[in-house]
Amino acid sequence: MAAIKAHGSLISTATNRVLVTLYEKELEFEFVSVDMSTGEHKKDHFLSLNPFGQVPALEHGDLKLFESRAITKYVAYEYANKGTQLIHQDSKKMAITLVWMEVEAQQYDPVASKLTWELGLKPMLGMVTDKAIVEENEAKLAKVLDVYENRLAHSKYLGGDCFTLADLHHLPTLQYLLGTQSQKLFDSRPHVSAWVADITARPAWLKVQAMRNKH
Amino acid sequence: MATPVKVYGPPMSTAVSRVLACLYEKNVEFELISINMSKGEHKKPEFLKLQPFGQVPAFEDESISLFESRAICRYICDKYADKGNKGLYGTNPLAKASIDQWLEAEGQSFNPPSSTLVFQLAFAPRMNIKQDKVVIRQNEEKLSKVLDIYEKRLGEARFLAGDEFSLADLSHLPNTQYLVSGTDKGNLFTSRENVGRWWDEISSRDSWKKVVDLQKGA
Repeated sequence: MAAIKAHGSLISTATNRVLVTLYEKELEFEFVSVDMSTGEHKKDHFLSLNPFGQVPALEHGDLKLFESRAITKYVAYEYANKGTQLIHQDSKKMAITLVWMEVEAQQYDPVASKLTWELGLKPMLGMVTDKAIVEENEAKLAKVLDVYENRLAHSKYLGGDCFTLADLHHLPTLQYLLGTQSQKLFDSRPHVSAWVADITARPAWLKVQAMRNKH
Repeated sequence: MATPVKVYGPPMSTAVSRVLACLYEKNVEFELISINMSKGEHKKPEFLKLQPFGQVPAFEDESISLFESRAICRYICDKYADKGNKGLYGTNPLAKASIDQWLEAEGQSFNPPSSTLVFQLAFAPRMNIKQDKVVIRQNEEKLSKVLDIYEKRLGEARFLAGDEFSLADLSHLPNTQYLVSGTDKGNLFTSRENVGRWWDEISSRDSWKKVVDLQKGA
């Protein structure tokens, strides 16, 4: 069977979401770097993989997929018998996991991504952080994390007893925000803080970090 | 006979109507429980037990309580796989992956600008909130770019995920209904040939007509 190819950029949170999933599932894959600084992601060749001109994209034989959360789900189901179990076969347990996957996508990520851009990526690219945007989004993130604190007081992981995609999807933005002023929002909530420490220490996530350090 | 499932929230809410469309497609009987948002019922402790973010919808059946409309829809499709429209969430893993891809595109790229426009143009006036012309212009530009991509896609395929109507198309119904029928931005959809054709087709489905009737009656 053809190799899995993950197209993307190592600084992209969405790309990292896919890479950590491939590592968790212990799958062999080829990472194909997309040079966003030269606009490669907007050129015809890449648009045939992702018509939105965004990273990442996945290729596996004839299959082409975009949207990181669709890719992680496909990989988690297709390789359910390999590596870490990232979804549930039990439909009730999976329904709860799906709820918290949507919470990440709809409540957490819009806010965390804005903070990641302002505090994590802009400095890296030599751009100026917009303090008003940071203040506005830290206030929003605090409210989301209050809900998480309550949830994680009753459940070891967001989806239930086990680590699943519902937790994994948070890793890329989390990593950026730790080590910025926003870290205090996580540290000041004990259950959230413990959960962050737990999931960011996973070997698969450390492998993604190692990829970044090599390049 | 099975107990009807419960959906909490007003039918005029885009997220609530997303769930209702799915229930109609799957022929699943439901009870719609009103939540008086103008009186802040959605922020009260009793509702927060069902939906900790204080938003609609919430969903309950005999075994589970859920929130987030797209998660509820996926659950309904999985639990009632053999009822109603059996292909709504695909009948094989590859079909499902394609549907998930376009459902994520809806949630990540289509929903943010379209729901902002729905709020600014359809809801803000009713709530005596001042419209923000800069926000309207910015989001119209963003939505236009997304619809250009849809125009190309819908020239290659009848529906977003392929040849069959799916949850991915359904998820677009609520916001588009408001923009086409309730604002002057309907031309964003109707002026694009393939998008216009697609909108006519998906909004003519019996399931969506039933939702629109519910919205009018409420």
